[in-house]
Amino acid sequence: MLRLDGVSVRFGGPAGQTALDAVDLDVAEHETVCVLGPSGSGKSTLLRVVAGLQATDRGRVLLGDRDLAGVPAHRRGVGLMFQDHQLFPQRDVGANVAFGLRMHHVPRAEQDARVRELLELVGLPGAARRAVASLSGGEQQRVALARALAPRPRLLMLDEPLGQLDRSLRERLVVELRELFGELGTTVLAVTHDQGEAFALADRVVVMRDGRIAQSGTPLDVWQRPADAFVARFLGFDNVVPGTVSGEAADTVWGKLPVPPGSAQGHHDLLVRPAGVRLVPATDGLTCTVTARTFRGTHVAVHLQPEDTSAPRLEAACALRDAPETGDRVGVAFDGADVVVLG
Amino acid sequence: MAVAGPEVAEGARLRKDVRGSALRLGLLVVPVAFFAVFFAYPVAAIVARGLKVGDTWRLGRLADVLADPDLQHVLWFTTWQALASTGLTLLVALPGAYVFARFDFPGKQLLRAVVTVPFVLPTVVVGTAFLALLGRGGVLDALWGLRLDTTVWAILLAHVFFNYAVVVRTVGGLWAQLDPRQEEAARMLGASRFAAWRKVTLPALGPAVAGAALMVFLFTFTSFGVVQILGGPTFTTLEAEIYRQTAQLLALDTAAALTLVQFAAVGAILAVHAWTVRRRESALKLVDAAQTARRPQGTVQWALLGGVLLTVLLLILVPLGVLVERSLHPSAGYGLDYFRALTSVDSGAFLVPPIEAIANSLEYALAATAIAVTVGGLAAVALTRSRRGGGAVGRIVRGFDALLMLPLGVSAVTVGFGFLITLDEPPLDLRSSWILVPLAQALVGVPFVVRTMLPVLRAVDERLREAATVLGASPWRVWREVDLPLVRRALLVAAGFAFAVSLGEFGATVFIARPDQPTLPVAVATLLGRAGELNYGQAMALSTLLMLVCAVSLLLLERIRTDRTGEF
Repeated sequence: MLRLDGVSVRFGGPAGQTALDAVDLDVAEHETVCVLGPSGSGKSTLLRVVAGLQATDRGRVLLGDRDLAGVPAHRRGVGLMFQDHQLFPQRDVGANVAFGLRMHHVPRAEQDARVRELLELVGLPGAARRAVASLSGGEQQRVALARALAPRPRLLMLDEPLGQLDRSLRERLVVELRELFGELGTTVLAVTHDQGEAFALADRVVVMRDGRIAQSGTPLDVWQRPADAFVARFLGFDNVVPGTVSGEAADTVWGKLPVPPGSAQGHHDLLVRPAGVRLVPATDGLTCTVTARTFRGTHVAVHLQPEDTSAPRLEAACALRDAPETGDRVGVAFDGADVVVLG
Repeated sequence: MAVAGPEVAEGARLRKDVRGSALRLGLLVVPVAFFAVFFAYPVAAIVARGLKVGDTWRLGRLADVLADPDLQHVLWFTTWQALASTGLTLLVALPGAYVFARFDFPGKQLLRAVVTVPFVLPTVVVGTAFLALLGRGGVLDALWGLRLDTTVWAILLAHVFFNYAVVVRTVGGLWAQLDPRQEEAARMLGASRFAAWRKVTLPALGPAVAGAALMVFLFTFTSFGVVQILGGPTFTTLEAEIYRQTAQLLALDTAAALTLVQFAAVGAILAVHAWTVRRRESALKLVDAAQTARRPQGTVQWALLGGVLLTVLLLILVPLGVLVERSLHPSAGYGLDYFRALTSVDSGAFLVPPIEAIANSLEYALAATAIAVTVGGLAAVALTRSRRGGGAVGRIVRGFDALLMLPLGVSAVTVGFGFLITLDEPPLDLRSSWILVPLAQALVGVPFVVRTMLPVLRAVDERLREAATVLGASPWRVWREVDLPLVRRALLVAAGFAFAVSLGEFGATVFIARPDQPTLPVAVATLLGRAGELNYGQAMALSTLLMLVCAVSLLLLERIRTDRTGEF
């Protein structure tokens, strides 16, 4: 339904900094797409381009079958939820939610009914007369969502929707949002820097880097097979090492790593998931020193420094009772099923 | 599908730019036309009349004037007294701005209205009040034998009296809306209370302080009435000299040359100001003013409040009190005789009872306020938009920003006289029209409207506007729904200022007000200019009434403001 076709944006004229570099993107009807990337990767610019708040230097934006070039932001019929909500401070909750309806000349009675319905939907029934300043962060987020949904936009865009909220609230809201979008059948394009949020929310994840799309796929795809070292590291995988793949093994500074059958041959970065780093007696495998342990609830992340200090550190996931102490010397062996040859 | 994608996008972008520029220029049409017809044209015409003989310009007069040691002295005095007055005003009024912005105390609204009263008093009345306080036979003379009317201090004090409100209202208005947590953040990072203020609040206030200082400087640089009365033969400003050359010596050529000198000086100041302001502009995080003010705590804060109240008492209430006292104190003892005399035409100073001047003044000032708010508001909106776009249009618009201040720095005498000689023939034969007076008064009101609204408009978060746009609001709706509610407060302050300066405007009005429809300041000046105790007493009585009218209007305005703060 939404299609971006070679969209480029440069700030500060043709010689300026590139925010978006020939981006192609499709979002299907009823699909939730999450753009994931570090700050400065151009993901917010992407939303602003679709919303019509940022002019493009090249490329086309199509919504439905309509080219949006020349369509001003207020006639595009898309919704945008801003990063820090941007609720109108001088209006109460109800007036904030009703704003878009008023702009579309919806009759008063209908406005009131819709505001009630939406506030119930986002879990704030009866809050219409409350002042915006009296809302907590989570409540503001809900009001912002209700406001964006009120005019029934064809496409709802969310900029860091849960960015400022605390963790437990974020995890709960992510589930609520997903259910809500499923129920409403809304087409959603969200951007976030939080991979957990992206994976929980999205049907499809698009990872951006320096204004380009680094990878696009289902959360499972991206998680299991990151396209390159950047994506892998961005997803929180630190066990990345360059190597030479030959047959079903690869030569690296960590020694010989088994790789899954059918992997690409030659020089590649390799990713070893923490679960694939097995601890063995110090005499076997790669000898390492435990530099730190981080308790992760279900497991302990053990940080390991190989004896060759120029080799990158490793992270292993182990059960609590098996975890060695900081300073212990251990051996490391690798499990081929958790090794990924990156692009 | 055709591969015209990039070209289409470029075209759209171009169209959008052109549309944006057209909108900005469109908004400027009214202000530009207003200034061209009612400011540039009259001033240019009067300068031409003075410096042009036949078809030749006698620019040699400029050199003569600049070489004249007497006039050089005038220029020097004008400059340094303006600098001293500005510095002194900031020194005295900045603590006041802080107190009004951050503290809650009983009677605050009333006091805010009170400190604004001096600003709207006609300059001649201020001069007279200070003369009654500091001069021969004045209150201080009677009590301690202290006379300041022969020193420059009388002028400086009168200027501070006059401009206290400018600083308190423009700086305090913004200060009240600055988020105190910004300063708290700095304190947490190890800054002392003063360092936090200097590093966080002061830079945020910078543009407002600079704007207020500029206004004070322009007012004192072009000071006329005060200097006329308190200056004696020793102290003369350019403006007073222009008046003397025009009205007394009929030396239009010297007056024109001096007007140009003043114009150039003011232009230079404005250029410097525009340059400094542009470097410091930034979007500020504004909060509800009602939430930042609280009761003073601890000795230091109470002392500060006390000091400010004492300053207001000595500097503002005492001179005003002297004025009222004189209006009630005929030689026969206290009574309302002078006020009664205002209702009759017996004194012969006017064709109508002087009391009618009140209605005239209010009507004129309301019309002038409407004009100033419309013209200034449009200009302020256009100037806000200019920050978003660059290019030639942006530069033109920003240039206009500085030009808007010129009426404050150009001799009101010149403007008034210019009105008389230019707006007297079709298609603009306004000689007999009542609108002539409000037009001249609006000219000085517009800069206030622009200066008050611009900082607030520029501080509105751009993303709030974007949020409204995405929800379907057209640019006009965005302005109405987002900007207007946020700047309503500033708009009311601006309207109050415009109303006040219109009410007190004297230099131009004195030339163009019709004898059967005098304004209050003109009536006061006429009465002061005539001999006799009754005339003097009537002038004092009328000044007292003018003061009351201003105080009541301002109090009403404060009321409106507080009613709306809930929404803000």
